[in-house]
Amino acid sequence: MKVMVAVKRVVDYAVKIRVKPDKSGVETSNVKMSMNPFCEIALEEALRIREAGAAAEVVAVSVGPAQCVDTLRTALAMGADRAVHVDVGAAPVLPLSVAKILKALVQVEQPGLLILGKQAIDDDCNQTGQMVAGLLRWPQGTFASKVVLDKEKQEATVEREVDGGIETLSLDLPAVITTDLRLNQPRYATLPNIMKAKSKVIKKVTPADLNVELKPDLEVVQVTEPPKRKAGVIVSSVDELIDKLKNEAHIL
Amino acid sequence: VSTLVLAEHEGGMVKQSSLSAVAAASAVNKEKSVTVLLGGSGLALHKAASHAASCHPSVSQVLVADADILVHPLAETWAELVNLVQHQGNYSHIITTSNSFGKNVLPRAAALLDVSPVTDVVEISEPHLFIRPIYAGNALCTIRYAGKGPCMMTIRSTSFTLPSCSTETKSDEAPISQVDLSSFDEGSIPKSRWLKLVSQESERPDLGNARIVVTGGRGLKSAENFKLLEKLAEKLGAAVGATRAAVDAGFVPNDLQVGQTGKIVAPELYMAFGVSGAIQHLAGMRDSKVIVAVNKDADAPIFQVADYGLVADLFEVIPELIEKLPDKK
Repeated sequence: MKVMVAVKRVVDYAVKIRVKPDKSGVETSNVKMSMNPFCEIALEEALRIREAGAAAEVVAVSVGPAQCVDTLRTALAMGADRAVHVDVGAAPVLPLSVAKILKALVQVEQPGLLILGKQAIDDDCNQTGQMVAGLLRWPQGTFASKVVLDKEKQEATVEREVDGGIETLSLDLPAVITTDLRLNQPRYATLPNIMKAKSKVIKKVTPADLNVELKPDLEVVQVTEPPKRKAGVIVSSVDELIDKLKNEAHIL
Repeated sequence: VSTLVLAEHEGGMVKQSSLSAVAAASAVNKEKSVTVLLGGSGLALHKAASHAASCHPSVSQVLVADADILVHPLAETWAELVNLVQHQGNYSHIITTSNSFGKNVLPRAAALLDVSPVTDVVEISEPHLFIRPIYAGNALCTIRYAGKGPCMMTIRSTSFTLPSCSTETKSDEAPISQVDLSSFDEGSIPKSRWLKLVSQESERPDLGNARIVVTGGRGLKSAENFKLLEKLAEKLGAAVGATRAAVDAGFVPNDLQVGQTGKIVAPELYMAFGVSGAIQHLAGMRDSKVIVAVNKDADAPIFQVADYGLVADLFEVIPELIEKLPDKK
């Protein structure tokens, strides 16, 4: 079985983001970019599945501008066998279009499992996995905190983090899984693996090659900073705190 | 034009969080034509349907999809149901709550309808113009839906005022009808099976809807110490929350996590104990009306968003609060 993993290039989680003065978006030039943390978890899970002998190959895919090649190099250095870059140019692509591209790639690669991060930390959409599962008409296990594969029965048992606790589903393979934070702890790429990754192949395709038409049915009108909270006060004792909550905030 | 609200129910009632989606739907559409869709089977479903029929003046119709395969919230089945109901009713908008149900189902349904959905809407400016947070709430994005299909979105329940349920106006009840499921082909639905849900039963209010939330961070140091926080919560009639650090350390289960990747809360009073104030945590509680922070470290970032800060040892403060706070009514 083959496992396909989608990885996204985003502003590094440690960067304090700045809204552009013209309100057209968030500043991304001269900012450190990294693999989306949820995608690292997705890739780690795929690697563990391969290392456990349940999969033969891990293919990493990234949809985005030319620089996504760097993200795919990281994926290869972590242990992916191959990588595919779908070059869509510099303009952002909506999750629906990404899902259509991934569907087309799945039809080419025929993986038994497609793993994605549950959301990207830039647009926070939390959509792509669910959408590609719908387009493929595959079962989905989103927000996974545990995945167990049964090769014999061709099933995946997925524990999901839901509002009320932990939900367990069983999915017929092939299936789509999206990862939550507690699924695993992603590995770091070692220097020898980083060197080796340089010689691995990254295949490049375009949406046109895959016969996918991008659909821009959402427009970003503006991006602004959220309203700031007013500075608060430091109280000196529990009595003062209770007094403020009672007589100033009128909450108790 | 009318709006379809995908609602959840529990114990014969529409869930509080789904009522927020009804409130959002009535903000989109002033013509009082909101259709509420409920799925499941048996008596509980039909009790919930009559609750839905009278829960808000803007509800003009309640649709009930009665089938055993809809009892568990499986995305595969629910997305097909939304697809079917949309083709029967041709709604202008499809709205649900941005919780684990809505986030799981709505994007899948949107893909089936070839629509880009908008998730986590916090403000509806015009019927096709919305505001949603991006970058963990560090920026707000105004977005316009320009597609031809139905406009599909999930809304943050903390941003839409709950409609008050009027039980006396029986005459205003909306008609309840059954969804025609004859064309619902169970055989073609991708196979997933619901096995179980492990949850923590609690007497305390639900984290998402509580008026007061008390949260513990890494500073609580152990699962044992969270009991102290629970005592304070009982005194206040509050829900207990936790930071990701506290959940990862195994002090409490994941469903108590408040933050970008956990629950988004906006109670009237949010009290944080031993919470440093990581960006991802602030993203989950920054819209609370009054924020109180108690931390030994005067430089903790949580103090920058707190209305009232107390630099002190939480192990002294919590017992003192329990002793001095008035009993809840």
